[in-house]
Amino acid sequence: MKPAVLTGEYFMTGDVACAEGALAAGCRFFGGYPITPATEIAERMAIRLSHVDGCFIQMEDEIGAMAAVLGASWGGVKSMTATSGPGFSLMMENIGLGICTETPCVVVNVQRGGPSTGLPTHGAQSDMMQARWGSHGHYEIIAIAPSSPQEIFYLTITAFNLSEKYRLPVLIMTDEIIGHMSEKVIIPEAKLLEIVSRPRPKGRKDRFKPFAPGPNGVAPMPAAGEGYNLHITGLTHDEKGYPVMAVETQTEMMARITEKIQKNLDDIIRTDSFLLDDAEIVVVSYGVSARTSMAAVAEARKLGIKAGLLRLVTIWPFPEDQIRKLADRVKGFVTVEINLGQIHREVERCAGGKVPIFLVGHPGGTIIHPDSVVKMLKEAF
Amino acid sequence: MQEIPVTSKKQPCHPLDDLIRTDRIPHIWCPGCGIGTVFSACLAALKGSGINLRKTVMVSGIGCSGRAAGYVKLDSFHTTHGRAIPFATGLKLANPELNIVVFSGDGDLFAIGGNHFIHAARRNMDMTVICVNNLNYGMTGGQVAATTPYLAKSTTTPMGNPETPFNLPLMAYACGATYVARWTMLHTRDLTDSITEAICKKGFSFIEALSPCPVNYGRRNKQKPLDMLKLYQEKAIIKNDADPSTLDIDFEKGIILGKFVDLDRPTFIEHYDKIYRPSRLQENVPGLNS
Repeated sequence: MKPAVLTGEYFMTGDVACAEGALAAGCRFFGGYPITPATEIAERMAIRLSHVDGCFIQMEDEIGAMAAVLGASWGGVKSMTATSGPGFSLMMENIGLGICTETPCVVVNVQRGGPSTGLPTHGAQSDMMQARWGSHGHYEIIAIAPSSPQEIFYLTITAFNLSEKYRLPVLIMTDEIIGHMSEKVIIPEAKLLEIVSRPRPKGRKDRFKPFAPGPNGVAPMPAAGEGYNLHITGLTHDEKGYPVMAVETQTEMMARITEKIQKNLDDIIRTDSFLLDDAEIVVVSYGVSARTSMAAVAEARKLGIKAGLLRLVTIWPFPEDQIRKLADRVKGFVTVEINLGQIHREVERCAGGKVPIFLVGHPGGTIIHPDSVVKMLKEAF
Repeated sequence: MQEIPVTSKKQPCHPLDDLIRTDRIPHIWCPGCGIGTVFSACLAALKGSGINLRKTVMVSGIGCSGRAAGYVKLDSFHTTHGRAIPFATGLKLANPELNIVVFSGDGDLFAIGGNHFIHAARRNMDMTVICVNNLNYGMTGGQVAATTPYLAKSTTTPMGNPETPFNLPLMAYACGATYVARWTMLHTRDLTDSITEAICKKGFSFIEALSPCPVNYGRRNKQKPLDMLKLYQEKAIIKNDADPSTLDIDFEKGIILGKFVDLDRPTFIEHYDKIYRPSRLQENVPGLNS
């Protein structure tokens, strides 16, 4: 029997490191469906959950997988699934149910080229806007983008912590390249990891309201079978959880599910930087593309170009303030991502026409070579 | 203004009131609808079964029958269309102590959710699935369903249904359900008894409850509100252990009701514990320690 936290040094793929991060975070349920390039996460969870008294099930499709993940969360267990583009599309309706019913869970999208079946074995970063708006209705979401197997280990823990703290599905938007890349991964001792669990209710059960927000805007969450007589619905509902088809209730519910994110941006948003302090040109990137961007920035500096990197760790909510502040002092931005301009649009929006913005994008299937970023830095400014 | 003196005591309670969210009444079901009767049978069965109701969860999908989860005073989940069974699967696997009752309609369970039904039955996931079959999509105004009889009219088959309906008990049996029964809402006692048995039985149990939809189905098929009930009375053939392949619904020949399947085989969780979590395995689990 192996422990939940496999303390030690490993040569591990991103997919496996993701699974280990989930176990370290306390995940004890995985409902999944095989899909390249995310299958290895399910395979690792299938054996590893048995070591920690957890449960793995391969469902009949991604729709069922996402539904089971939500059910398991209300059963009182930290739960997750992992998929890629086509499966992510199928999960969208139930991700919306998770948002509406404020259900903590983690969904990993190991992105591949799309649309449709696309490039199953080749990476892309082209589901970034689907992560933001893929389910119907207006909502806030948290999505994070790891840049290495080591980081995916830690950020999977972060994803669980955020999902438990703010009671919503958190998306890990990684890609085939990080997922299938093997690198050194250090798993620390369990006691060094900060693990957050959902706020639990106190007081009288018969008066408990499952959607009455606590101090940080988030309601405590009981599990089924604890005597609360919960009613949980995807219909617009009041604080008691009862459906109410009224404009006022819709307005109140929407405020609950959006403001808990909007009012805690400082706690949620994470970014990283490289040579940014004196930079005149800012490269904005994330995930695997942030690694090639970093190499490009180092190369540009050698050529005398004052470039710097802003690496987005949290993609959603988008670090708007940071881009706005940079737009006031730099000469321009270059967005680097494996799509034809998704986060690029967000950078444009936040820079507000103050400085020029260029995209180094790629339709998908390979990483963006640092040379193409350097070329842009040389020629555009 | 003169106050009206309060003379009467509190209104007498219905014996099932303790299982109902009375603050959500009146319900949405139409006059003549049979869902309420099936729902009552389900509540009576839950009460009579002696199971721990604190550990009992009702899960529904979307549609008229799917609203049941909103009226039962238990932990209850009103999920997305067709996804009650996989949601319930997650609940059960997270906490095997929970008793799971899925209460939903024919459209929800067998069209959009059909894939989940067949796989939950195959896995022998320990839950009771009650399908209120009213032969059409009632909530959206009476469209053709996977259960609508051949040639029956609906808003989307205005000249008659060109499709063949499912034989639901046959499907449940073929997929591996360990308990299969069919009643109509008119056979309330039999229905209640069957639901009680199903709730107490380990494994995947399925009960089809035929129920009239006079507003949307009856109206388009020359049936007055009581006509369907008369058919239930006159055309019912109670035949326990009938061959599931003979259970097509034919209002001309007769509708076979009864308990058709009642067998034992290990559940998903029992298999899973044996293979993956032997430390959880309790003694004397039938079929597993042998």
